[in-house]
Amino acid sequence: MVGGLLLRGMLAGILAGFLAAAFATFAGEPSIERAIAFEAAVEQAEGQPSEPEIVSRETQRSVGLFTAAMIYGAAVGGFFGLAFAFAYGRIGGPDPRAVAAILACAGFIAIGLVPELKYPANPPAIGAQDTLGARTALFFVMMLISVLAMVLAAMIGETLRLWLDSWNAALAQAAVFIAMVGLAARLLPSIDEVPASFPADVLWSFRVSALGVQAVLWSALGLGFGALTQAHPIKRR
Amino acid sequence: MSNAIYAAARPTPIPVREILPWLAFGGILALLSIYFVGAEQGATALISGHFIHEYVHDGRHILAFPCH
Repeated sequence: MVGGLLLRGMLAGILAGFLAAAFATFAGEPSIERAIAFEAAVEQAEGQPSEPEIVSRETQRSVGLFTAAMIYGAAVGGFFGLAFAFAYGRIGGPDPRAVAAILACAGFIAIGLVPELKYPANPPAIGAQDTLGARTALFFVMMLISVLAMVLAAMIGETLRLWLDSWNAALAQAAVFIAMVGLAARLLPSIDEVPASFPADVLWSFRVSALGVQAVLWSALGLGFGALTQAHPIKRR
Repeated sequence: MSNAIYAAARPTPIPVREILPWLAFGGILALLSIYFVGAEQGATALISGHFIHEYVHDGRHILAFPCH
């Protein structure tokens, strides 16, 4: 039963990753290409030799992008399926599609949106090699805090409904989540390694498309998982 | 009244002890996948070289993982 939900999540996640990569091909790749052109121009101006090409750009922007997004989708989808196994019957009503949609909204906010608001996605040519370890750690710490805040906000719902009606209880839960991630974002160090001459419009369109990729991924995951679970109901022992 | 109907319609939750073994299995699998897409041969490396990093390069950038 739980294994079936895990599998459904991974399948919906692979599909969602495929759609996210397709979106990224149109929305994100143009700014990646422009960022690489900027990087190459800077290296040339400084007289540095350009980095050797291990994987061709052609592969990176096609098969590489789709592979990465689909593996990521399968992983996120696996967690999603298990989160659904826990949530179904505990939050929302009997329609699995509605529970999946609520979970996908929560997942998008906690995993897609909040970490990227604090540590936005960067195109190539941005970021120093010697801060990579710290940046990676901070990104995952922000994501972990955001996920824990979402779990906590979900857990206090039942208690809040003893005092508040369900609308106001949901508002209070949202406020608790925002306060926690807001505090974390305030306390964690900020990173800004954008070169002064980097074109602002490329940075903007890249970051917006990175958020779009998350929106596509989570929408497709939630709706796909819901449809799968509706079509093949959960078997009870 | 409507609350009673709502509660009756709510399906029985799956017990946590049935979910945990799958969480251990699926969680390790998922974390490993996210690690290879998001951080391998970047911040840390289990396998030497740059092939994995270069192969997932565009995906890593657009999925917002710190890179370079």
